[in-house]
Amino acid sequence: MARQSQDYDDIPGTFVFDAERSREGYGINMFCMSLMKEENRKAFKANEAAYLKQFPLSDAQAEAILKRDYNRMLELGGNIYFTAKLGATDGHSFRHLAALMTGSTQEDYAAMMLAGGRSVEGNRSKSGKFDKPGKAKSRAAKAGKAQSKPKSVKAKSRKSKAKRGR
Amino acid sequence: MARIIAGVASSHVPAIGAAIDNNQTEEPYWKRVFSGFEPSKEWMAKTKPDVAIVVYNDHASAFSVEIVPTFALGCAAEFPPADEGWGPRPVPVVKGHPELAAHIAQSVILDEFDLTVVNKMEVDHGLTVPMNLLFGSPKEWPCPVIPLAVNVVLYPPPTGHRCFMLGRAIRKAVESYPEDLRVVMFGTGGMSHQISGPRAGLINSKFDKAFLDNLTRNPKKLTRISHLEFMREAGAEGIEMVMWLIMRGALDDQVEETYRFYTVPASNTAVGHIILEPKRAARKPAAKPKRSSKVKRAAARRKIQVIRGQR
Repeated sequence: MARQSQDYDDIPGTFVFDAERSREGYGINMFCMSLMKEENRKAFKANEAAYLKQFPLSDAQAEAILKRDYNRMLELGGNIYFTAKLGATDGHSFRHLAALMTGSTQEDYAAMMLAGGRSVEGNRSKSGKFDKPGKAKSRAAKAGKAQSKPKSVKAKSRKSKAKRGR
Repeated sequence: MARIIAGVASSHVPAIGAAIDNNQTEEPYWKRVFSGFEPSKEWMAKTKPDVAIVVYNDHASAFSVEIVPTFALGCAAEFPPADEGWGPRPVPVVKGHPELAAHIAQSVILDEFDLTVVNKMEVDHGLTVPMNLLFGSPKEWPCPVIPLAVNVVLYPPPTGHRCFMLGRAIRKAVESYPEDLRVVMFGTGGMSHQISGPRAGLINSKFDKAFLDNLTRNPKKLTRISHLEFMREAGAEGIEMVMWLIMRGALDDQVEETYRFYTVPASNTAVGHIILEPKRAARKPAAKPKRSSKVKRAAARRKIQVIRGQR
């Protein structure tokens, strides 16, 4: 059955880890959890594809893990607190993962955070329904001006919706 | 009787823990964060609670995706720090208060909050970072702690309203405990942040500041914030703020804001912190523990429950 649409699907650049994703991504998250043990980290690093065979993963999920496509992992049911363990196994900082997920460099990401983070203006909804926060405010956002510094998220919709490799 | 003498809310950013563990607290980036908690540490040292109830969430440390309890109350005698992938944090083992915890569990379950009793649990940065921020880094934590782990990882977490009402029930439970204990309640997590997906890095200071204002003055308004609004306005992980409402629900309707601190960022997160106390007039002098009619009623209730349980 295709994923049911939810009100929060309207939030751009966000994969809410809900019950449906949790069901689908059980294998991803259990794999990540296994990386809490040193011997498992070693076994995974020795032969990644073979190690993944012991978990119930679809081809698409295994591919996302092998390619370190963190957004795809989230889309297919991974949760960030779990996938972060894969990042740690690779010796990567969280900033590295954030840069990967947001399609920026670590330096740009860090600079954005220091400057107050990604603005909510222009990042509330794909439909644009909520882009007036209080009332007046976001005339600029509508005109596309508010995106000057904190970047708005490009609603990257992946082509893979139809086939989820199951 | 035991009573809740104050509420404390604080973010629990893991990088704050790492900065403490790696002695980076004096670096300008981190000093900005830690200096905001200096008055709080002084306040806590003066307040000297007998017990702390810490509402927090686990981050795939004690709970995997195998079991996801919505509310899990730590009833054990101690809670070791969890290994979050880099070895356990070098902080003292958290000592529990099993007697009060058991009493709370029994009371709130009969009040229709079906929480999970946990007798073995490790605690991660979600609990230990706020402890550091308020108690510093002592050899032993100065008071026993009752952890209350709330699921905010798997959607949906409990609603803000549910959390607020659980706070109410915990207060009732604490006040029916016969020993004269002074309890501080912690709500942790937040404030606005998103660490997942292409929208990671989201911060909404305006939302956060309004949340802090209303936490003091009009918490009922906050209980009506939907999950959709939390995630849209404060980031997917900003939904953690529902945990602050458990703390707030355990306090009087009218409170005084003793202290507040807010800064952006710590790592990926807006850091918010507040200390709330009862209005001065409402602060009771440390009453002698006499068997008030309330305590007698509570004892009678317990007796009835025991009888019911025997059937």
